[in-house]
This record gives sequence, C-alpha cells and structure tokens, in this order.
Amino acid sequence: MKHTISILAASAVLASSQAAMAQTEIEFWHAFTGRLGELVAEQVETFNNSQSDYTVVATHKGNYSETLNAGIAAFRAGEQPDILMVFEVGTATMMAAKGAIKPVYEVMGDGFDQSKYIGSVKGYYTSPDGDMLSLPFNSSTPVLWVNRDKLEEAGIDPDTDLSTWEQVGSVLDQLKDAGVDCPMTTAWQSWVHLENFSAYHDVPFATKSNGFDGTDTELAFNSPAQVAHISAMGEWAQDGKFIYAGRRNEGGANFRAGECALFTESSAGYAGINAEAEFDFEVRPLPYWEAVASEPQNTIIGGASLWVMEGQSEEEYQGVAAFLDFLSSPEIQAKWHQDTGYLPITSEAGELTRSQGFYDANPGTDIAVIQMTAKEPTANSKGLRLGSFDQIRGIIDEELEAVWAGDKDAQAALDSAVERGNALLRRFEQASR
Amino acid sequence: MEKRVTFKGIWLPLLLVLPQILITAIFFFYPAGQAIWQSLFIPDPFGLSMQWVGLGNFEYLLSDRYYRASFVTTAIFSILVTVVSMGVALYLAILADRLIKGSGTYRTLLIWPYAVAPAVAGVLWLFMFNTRVGVVTWYLGLLGYDWNHVLNEGEAMGLVVVASAWGRISYNFLFFLAGLQAIPRSVIEAAAIDGAHFWTRFRTIVWPLLSPTTFFLLVVNIIYAFFETFGVIHTITSGGPQQATTILVYKVYSDGFVGQDLGSSAAQSVILLVIVSLLTVIQFKYIERRVHY
Repeated sequence: MKHTISILAASAVLASSQAAMAQTEIEFWHAFTGRLGELVAEQVETFNNSQSDYTVVATHKGNYSETLNAGIAAFRAGEQPDILMVFEVGTATMMAAKGAIKPVYEVMGDGFDQSKYIGSVKGYYTSPDGDMLSLPFNSSTPVLWVNRDKLEEAGIDPDTDLSTWEQVGSVLDQLKDAGVDCPMTTAWQSWVHLENFSAYHDVPFATKSNGFDGTDTELAFNSPAQVAHISAMGEWAQDGKFIYAGRRNEGGANFRAGECALFTESSAGYAGINAEAEFDFEVRPLPYWEAVASEPQNTIIGGASLWVMEGQSEEEYQGVAAFLDFLSSPEIQAKWHQDTGYLPITSEAGELTRSQGFYDANPGTDIAVIQMTAKEPTANSKGLRLGSFDQIRGIIDEELEAVWAGDKDAQAALDSAVERGNALLRRFEQASR
Repeated sequence: MEKRVTFKGIWLPLLLVLPQILITAIFFFYPAGQAIWQSLFIPDPFGLSMQWVGLGNFEYLLSDRYYRASFVTTAIFSILVTVVSMGVALYLAILADRLIKGSGTYRTLLIWPYAVAPAVAGVLWLFMFNTRVGVVTWYLGLLGYDWNHVLNEGEAMGLVVVASAWGRISYNFLFFLAGLQAIPRSVIEAAAIDGAHFWTRFRTIVWPLLSPTTFFLLVVNIIYAFFETFGVIHTITSGGPQQATTILVYKVYSDGFVGQDLGSSAAQSVILLVIVSLLTVIQFKYIERRVHY
C-alpha cells in the first residue's frame, strides 16, 4: 500500500512537471502600440488558445529603432528573445550578424513551402539563394492618395488620369492656378521618391543588386533618372506646388485635414485616412515618369519582419516554427491585411480576401497588392540590403531638404548623399567583415 | 585663521571617502574607460567581433567636414542656450527679489517648468510651432510671417534654443534668487542713501557679489547645453533641416543607436569628454579669477 502511494505520488509529480514543461514559453518583442498593438495581442492570444504546447509572450519594446536596440543589447547580455521584430532597413544589420540569428527557413525545417509567400514581399528578406531569412510581418508599399473634393473645387475632373508624373505635373499647375495652398505633399521622402522610385523605374539604387550580392555595394541613386525626378520635385517645391512637411509622415496630418490634394504615402495609411478624412478620397497607383520607363516595374515594401534569434533550446524553436506557421495561415493573414491595410504575405491570403468581398466593399485597397505583384521583381526592384541604412536615410533627408529649400540643385544634393552614404557603407563593410 | 581637522593614520579618512571614490569609479571612470577602449575598435553591433583600428575612428571623424561643422553648430547652440537661459533667469530673479507681496506664488510658478522633462518640453514647443497646426505659427501667419522651421535653418535653431533654455530658466532663477537674497540689505540701503540709482547699485554691488552664483551657473549651463539637450533636439528637429541643429551629442546618439556604429560613437564620446574637461579647466582658470567670493 505504502509502495503504491509513493508510486502514485511520484507519477503525480512527474505528470505535473510534464505539464509545466509542456508550456514552452516563446518570447516575442515587437514595436507596435495602439490599434496595431491590440491586433498583435489578439493574434498571440488566438495562437495560445489554439494549442497547449507553447505560450507566446509578446512584449512591446518601443518604436522600431528602440526594439532593434533592445534586441541587440539583450543579445550582448545573453538574454535575447526568441523572436525579434526588425524594420526593413535593419535587414542588412541582422543578416550580417551571422552568430546572432537563425534563418527562418532553417527554423521551419524541411516541410517549409517558401513558394506560397508573395515574391516581392519575401524578396526583401531572402538570401541570394532565395531562402527566407526572416518572416515578413507587416509590409506596405507607397501609393498616391487623392483628395477628390479638392480636385473638383479646383475645376479638375476627379477621375483625371494621374498614372504618370507628367500628368501629375500638369494637374499641380492647375491646382496652383486655382489657388490651392497644398497641391501635393509626401511622407517618407527617401522611401517613396528615391528607394521606390528606383525600383519602380527599374534603375539601381545601389550597385551589387542594391546590396543583395555583397556588402561591398555602393550607392547609385545619383543617376539621370533620379536626378530628373528630384529636380522636378525641387521645382515644384520652389513654386509652392509640393509642400514639404517633414522627414517622417508629418504630411499625413495635412492630407487628412483636407488641405492637400495629392499625397504620396504608404498603403498602410488607409486606417488613419479612412478614420479621419471628411472628404471623398481615393487610392491611385504611384505615378511613374513616362520619359524614363514605358511602363512601371513593381514597387518595394516598407515595414518589418520577424527574426529568430540564435541561442535558444530545440523546443523553443519548434514553438517558434509553430507560431510563424500560424501567422502565415490564410485566415490570420487575411484578417491582418483587412484590419491594418498592410499587404498579405501569402497569395492565398490575398485570394481569400478577394473571395470574402473585401476589395469590392473597400475600393482601392487592392491597388497596393496589384502594384507590388503585377511584375516579377528584377535585381533593381527586389528590395534594398544596405548597412547603416537608417542613418543613410537621415543623410538623404538632409540633402533633399537642401533641394526643397533651394540651397542645392538635385545633382549636387544626390552626389553629396551618395558620397556621404558610401562612407557609412564602408564602415559597415569593415564592421561586418 | 583656517580651521582644519586632522586624522591620525590613513585608514579612517580613506574609509570615509571610500563611498565617493567607489561611486565615481563605477559610474564615471569605468564607463569613460570603456568608451576610450571601444573608440579604438570597429565592433559589429551584436558584439560578435571587434576590429582594432587604433586611432582610425578619430581619423574618420575628423576628416568628415560634417562632423567638423557640428563643432560650430554646438558652439552657437551652447552659447545661445546659456545666454538666453541665464539672462532671462537673472531678470526674473531681480524682479522677484523686489516683490513684497505674493513672492512665494511667483517663485513657485517660475520653478514649475523645471519639472517638465526635456523631451516633453520639446513636444510642447513643437506643437506650438508646428508649421500647419501650431498656435504660434497661426498668429505669426496673421502678422504676415511664414514660419517654417522644417526648411528654415535659422528658425529651427531658434526653436531648439528657446525650447532648451525654457526649462533651464527655472533652475537658474532659483540660484539667482538665492544669490540675490544673500546680499546684505544694509549694503544696498547704504548705497541708496549715498544716492546710487538702481543700475549703479546693480553694477557696483549686486553683480560682483552675485559672481560666484553666475560662475557656477555658467559652468553647469554649458555642460547642460552640451549633454542634456538631446531630448529637445530629438523631438523637435532630429538634427535638421539639413544639419542645422545637429550638435555633437546628437551625432553620438545618431551614430550609436541609429547607425549601430559603436566605434565612431565611442570616439565621439571621448572627443566630447576632452572638450568639456578643457572648457571646465578654462573656466576655472580664467573666469574664476574675476569671481569675488
């Protein structure tokens, strides 16, 4: 009897310890607050309730830069999370940290079907061999937002063709003549008007396939195509047709308030514009220069991806794989896409959204998807992989401000940005050797 | 006659100063030593590898004309912040010193801004001067002035100087007021009886007797402008437009935490360390001579 009890007790202890072990904890650090933070929490909760083996613990670590810095500091202290959210410009930094990250395709194992992910979304995060190093999480692409009421007030047909910059230029003239204070503004000037501009016109932003083929890349955005565009924008700025509001998305406030007629901004601006705009607005594809390209290539993404950190246990990696697989499932992706305006990462999620009738109910929400996926990406339109790129964007911002203020011409400003940016690329090359 | 306490032996005095020495060593010498050591390397962000470059980081920095231009920006910014914050504080302190009724309320109200964190102060000023929705911008617009610190370098500098000096005025005000109240009334009254007007009394009695306070504030305000104005600049201009408000300490942040270039960032910290030490030595050696204790 005594014997039986002790066996029972021992097995009970074993069972309870197994139950405790069964709940492997997966740490996930992200950069989302507000509505996006709630939606991430919802995804995590759904995953945690869907199975009993793993518990994902999501923690907000500040904005994109702060989250990356928190991840780096934690790695140096040996306390890194399992999953770290890193914005797209931090991709080269993460890739270069060979001993700090575990590529997603390795974590996911043999049965991982990479072909279901949309090429131009995952392309930003793949190795030269086409293997996914991180999982795209939130991706958006720049589009042209139009205030239809403003066009009408100025006596312009709101359905007028705005697919080329040539056409936009003449509309800006008309808006200016009609006395509109803010014919056009932009958010994220480097991302929209240089990075995406280059991909969209199939011209290199940097050598070595925009840095995909090695860290010995050099910036190349001072070629005639980009100079012509920045030069035109500079003239518009001088004439009061393009109003510069700031380096980030400050221009969004002006557009949402109904002051500006045209606005180049991320497709993910949808939630905010839809909530605040008290005018008839519309999404159009990003314009291109007919003089530079007969038809546009694809645009590239912005946003963040999820990186798996090195140095965790085998069970945790299995949990990470299960969670990433869950995030990629069509239902979860379609919901995320519809709730946030971010692009779906798999084509299945896009098809599901279409079949649910979301695009019909919300016209224009599919423009970004079409613009990204209409053409197979080229070496110039796969994305950017440049070290210290967050800081290079800062340099580009400074030089573009000189053009908008009329202090420099476009060629001089872009030459200077290339020269200064190259110095940072050489530092990065040396650091990651 | 000087008062002096003497200890027998060395252990007790050593024990008494030990906490201070330890704190200085842990929180000052150790990090400073680390910065000096790291400035000799180009490390990768994750600490996986480090490459010895000797003085390479310093060569890289000093050959960069944008870094050299940042010295001038920093000098202009620090001088403006110090002069504005001390000037206004002295003026307010003189007024408050002459108050008879309600001086406590005035004092408390004037001290309030000091409790506002620099980054929050930055956001407050940014809202007032926002080029589209700012209240001040709107009133300036009515007067026919088109405020645009997003593209105008002079306006951007003016805005960060005012925002940085604003919270500091309270701090300086406190010290100036205490300094003014410590000046014996009898001396001032005697001068007044002799027929000295306010301005003469200020120049010949108040200013010299206030000089230790002024000197102390000069030192701490310059150090403040060098190191603690980061939050204001970060929230208002991020160093722009172009590089108009990129002061040295902002570049340390930008290279270290935006560019993940810890080698360059460490080298800049070392340069800042040297500059501030030099400034403090100069101040104590040359300006302190003119201070009357």
